[in-house]
Amino acid sequence: MGFYLASKEVWRNKGRYILFSMVIALITVLVLFIAALAEGLGLANKEYLDKLDAELLAFQANVDLSLNSSRISRAKLNDIRRVEGVEEIGPLGFSVGTLIAAGERDPIDVSLIGIEAGMPGNPPILEGRGILASRGNEVILDGNIRAQTNIKVGDTITIKTIQGSDESFFNLQVIGFTDKRQYLYQPSVFLPYQTWDRIRAQGGMSSGLVDLTSNIVAIKLVDPQNAESVKALIKSQVDGIELADIPTTIEAIPGYAAQQTTTNTQKSFTLLIGLLVIGGFFQIQTLQKVPQIGVLKAIGAPNKIIATAVVFQIILVTTFGVLIGTTITILLSLGLPQGIPIVFTPQNTLIQIVSLVLIGPIGGLLAVRLATRVEPLTALGLSS
Amino acid sequence: MSSTVIETKAISKIYQTGEMVVKAVDSVSMQVRQGEFVALVGPSGSGKTTMLAMLAALLSPSEGEAFIDGQDLGIMKDIDRVAFRRQKIGFTFQQNNLVPYLTVLENVELMMQLNGKLSEADHERALNLLMRLGLEERLNNLPSQISGGQQQRVAIARSLIHNPSVVLADEPTASLDTERAYQVVQIFADLIHEENKAGIMVTHDLRMCRYVDRVIQMIDGTIELELNDRHDINEFISCG
Repeated sequence: MGFYLASKEVWRNKGRYILFSMVIALITVLVLFIAALAEGLGLANKEYLDKLDAELLAFQANVDLSLNSSRISRAKLNDIRRVEGVEEIGPLGFSVGTLIAAGERDPIDVSLIGIEAGMPGNPPILEGRGILASRGNEVILDGNIRAQTNIKVGDTITIKTIQGSDESFFNLQVIGFTDKRQYLYQPSVFLPYQTWDRIRAQGGMSSGLVDLTSNIVAIKLVDPQNAESVKALIKSQVDGIELADIPTTIEAIPGYAAQQTTTNTQKSFTLLIGLLVIGGFFQIQTLQKVPQIGVLKAIGAPNKIIATAVVFQIILVTTFGVLIGTTITILLSLGLPQGIPIVFTPQNTLIQIVSLVLIGPIGGLLAVRLATRVEPLTALGLSS
Repeated sequence: MSSTVIETKAISKIYQTGEMVVKAVDSVSMQVRQGEFVALVGPSGSGKTTMLAMLAALLSPSEGEAFIDGQDLGIMKDIDRVAFRRQKIGFTFQQNNLVPYLTVLENVELMMQLNGKLSEADHERALNLLMRLGLEERLNNLPSQISGGQQQRVAIARSLIHNPSVVLADEPTASLDTERAYQVVQIFADLIHEENKAGIMVTHDLRMCRYVDRVIQMIDGTIELELNDRHDINEFISCG
């Protein structure tokens, strides 16, 4: 009965409710785009780490989990590898450079990631082959580069880095492509570890006597469920390192937490505005209908029917608005140019849609309360 | 001899604000039989609408007892009063009578929907009532698309569709011109007699009493005058 009354009222006042649904649709577009921006910015920062095939990461102690400041020596690698519960480890090095390819108009700023062949940290290969040795002028490119350029497996690219105060150029052959794995807003170029160490940006020319170090170490465990106890074991057996899981490491990326807090605050405020707009609209609607509700109650409509009619009406209008907003968002997203950090993931989008549909009834709670408190005596112009 | 449907025994309604006590209805006893149409008249503030509200189970009497179909309204729980209203009472109001987003037919059938049953027979009865009230061409119109008199006729159909024991009308002609007001009350009276209901109409317009069987005049919360002879009623109307 509640649904009957709600649907009749909405259907016979289509213009008013469609107009209001459009307001909800615009709020939906805003929320979905902010959520997609948060996702896109977050991914651009953490995509490589997020997809890393390891459970723990080892950092140098007292560097506050900073990937760039951390240095771990080869000797420590062996100590970590020997700890019981550790299946495999992979040293990882991070640096930056510029990719220059023949036929491409603009150079691309990239993250240079040094990896050990066959060890944790290697990306999955979607085309071509993986890195087989720790030296060699070979690279695997991020899927983002494949999407932006015409570079193919077998092509030779040039990586420019700064050595001291000079620009140095290194020619490397593309042997494969992986999926999208950005790090610090830049697409990644994966190199054999020793090659990476040779071409990475450095303050001065290496004397050749310095030990090979990595920034961090990716640790794959025999039993990932047992991470906490293995972590304690490694800490007790290896000095001078700090361990963190992937989420903790991502949170420690400079600016990541602040950026996510900002976008989440924007999203929350937009949802709050939606809540207030929906609440306000239905509150005014109910106030206008007080005499009508009074008559309905006087002729015997119970509060249950009055309340469900209001709730169904809110759900109908909100759901329609969210559907329209989602459709508009999908259409707009199809026309977005490459490189804009807006990423719509099914899970994130679904969470936002459910939140938007839920704020309708929550925002309309006051209207429901008001409707159930209307006295049937108002039909007779009396009050109790 | 038709049976008594409405009976009140010295019912009062007392409002208290601080130290001020107002008796809106003061010890009123009355009976209305099946098939009887009664007009409750009186000046503003005489207590007639409060009396109607108590008979409709919208207000509880402060003192005394009120019975409809033998059921004591004073001891009913709130939830039972709501069910009682939709099953036993038919209501017509002064204004805002109809649900604006339901058609004429849907407004009449609303009572059956509220009672959880709308059978084919109910649908036929709604159509027959609306035809009897001259609204057969307005079935699919919204209230905003018909005149005030037609709206009141729809409300009359709604007040009878669910076969209630009692039909109550609060100033049903207040917003109508004289000619339409006569039409509406006449139809109302005819249907109450045909359907054998107990009907009470609150009105301040004495001219509308020409179609009722009995007139009860209230002043200051009490029954001042009660007339059931046609000659006396006509004289009362002419004295205005």
